[in-house]
Amino acid sequence: MGVEICVEGLTKSFGHQVIWQDVSLTLPAGEVSVMLGPSGTGKSVFLKTLVGLLKPERGSITIQGRDITKLREHDLYEVRKLFGVLFQDGALFGSMNLYDNIAFPLREHTRKSESEIRRIVLEKMDMVGLIGAEGKLPGEISGGMRKRAGLARALVLDPEIILFDEPDSGLDPVRVAYLNQLIVDLNAQIDATFLIVTHDIASARQVPDNIGLLFRRELVMFGPREELLTSDEPVVRQFLNGRMQGPIGMAEEKDAAQVEQELAALGDEGKGTRSPGSQALTPRLLPGPGIPRPPRWEAIARREAELRHRKVVADV
Amino acid sequence: MRLSPTGALRQSGSLFAMALDVVRTIPRRPFQAREFIQQAWFVASVTILPTALVSIPFGAVIALQIGSLTRQLGAQSFSGAASVLAVLREASPIVTALLIAGAGGTAICADLGARKIRDEIDAMQVLGIDPIHRLVVPRVLASMVVAVLLNGLVSVVGVAGGYFFNVVLQNGTPGAYLASFTTLAQLSDLWAAEVKALVFGAISGIVASYKGLTAKGGPKGVGDAVNQSVVITFMLLFVTNFVMTAVYFQVVPQRG
Repeated sequence: MGVEICVEGLTKSFGHQVIWQDVSLTLPAGEVSVMLGPSGTGKSVFLKTLVGLLKPERGSITIQGRDITKLREHDLYEVRKLFGVLFQDGALFGSMNLYDNIAFPLREHTRKSESEIRRIVLEKMDMVGLIGAEGKLPGEISGGMRKRAGLARALVLDPEIILFDEPDSGLDPVRVAYLNQLIVDLNAQIDATFLIVTHDIASARQVPDNIGLLFRRELVMFGPREELLTSDEPVVRQFLNGRMQGPIGMAEEKDAAQVEQELAALGDEGKGTRSPGSQALTPRLLPGPGIPRPPRWEAIARREAELRHRKVVADV
Repeated sequence: MRLSPTGALRQSGSLFAMALDVVRTIPRRPFQAREFIQQAWFVASVTILPTALVSIPFGAVIALQIGSLTRQLGAQSFSGAASVLAVLREASPIVTALLIAGAGGTAICADLGARKIRDEIDAMQVLGIDPIHRLVVPRVLASMVVAVLLNGLVSVVGVAGGYFFNVVLQNGTPGAYLASFTTLAQLSDLWAAEVKALVFGAISGIVASYKGLTAKGGPKGVGDAVNQSVVITFMLLFVTNFVMTAVYFQVVPQRG
């Protein structure tokens, strides 16, 4: 069963540059959360802070009653065993082949026999669809395979929390769809707490229970998926719709007058055609057939079916 | 990189902090024997040939300098003594230092730097493995061991080179050269040189690892890190060499 992460008033800066400040949120145990944000808003920094690779200036991160911002290095290594992290490029060890990469945490942390390690490694490789590529070196395989191998390595110690750093960057849309399905299947199978950092809106609409949005050095909003998808907050609307009109500019942010003008123009155009709440109906990705669904996913599936039914009725 | 008055201080502070971490981590079990042997083999393989090739002309230059000097003074019988003394005391630790920092240290720094920018080090930490214990300690120990061995190699090759140039090219007398071997030099000189080499190996290993592990900013960052690690190691090594020599002269009574 996953573990809850409670973040309270977190502030991080490099020198005089504040990355984000006063971020407070709770990642509910066992649920999938997505952290969105334009490029350069410190999403990856947030993720590295969560695992204690970077120390925040203020605030606390509580996991199982322990504040990891205040732990000593030695205790931090213990807490990190709860985590599995998928780095942007997989972060595989270049000198080892895929099998050794995935077996590495087991060999370092457990006293399992080599045959048992083999069983676990092959099981995880099967989970991410990498059977047959055991002997390949990370340099010889595609980015998508590296990501999946990184995921298998993150899974091997049965983590309670899995963090994904841009799992969809540099992948084609089809592979992104497969990866999203894999994430949802995994959540149904291992029940860990997931946090996905990304700027891919399509994934953010389909996959998570909760969405958060980082912009302008703060957490604009964090809440259940439906709440954000139907939100009228201009930053959230702009980002989730991927359009130019709104507070987010090319460089960073725009001046208030221009934003107002753009939004007014957009409001005129959109009048009449926009049915309220239409975005909420982006169907949620469900675990694939053959994956046994725990009660949480049963409930989600029922709710989705109900929503779809209601939409059909409304359309008729 | 932005220059700030405290920047240099902070850098040296964290370098020493890491050196302390390394010392504290050395006794921790399990010892990474495999990594240690691989690294020792690797550092040895990149340094042995250049070291031998550098120490031959080094010994020769010393022999030439001393040869002409002793001839002018009419003390040819001492040329062997002076040559051995110079090679053993100064030349071999310096050549070892140059090679272990220039060939071994750069390779270590580039390797760790490349891992750092590919997030491998972060991944390792997240997997609950301390990179100091797993990567840095074996490398530092390897470079210390190899430095000690290289120092022996340089001494032998340097003295042999000196002998060849003195006897064959400057028409010195082999008997006089060999007979005067121990007039000035003593066994404690060799021990002192080995201790120096040990310390040089440690310094170059630690600086290279530190610079590698703090590399940032993509491939260019790795290049910069390697560059800085060589410069910093050289400066530290020459200062350390001076201090250790001064201490040695105070502690050990000299001959002649």
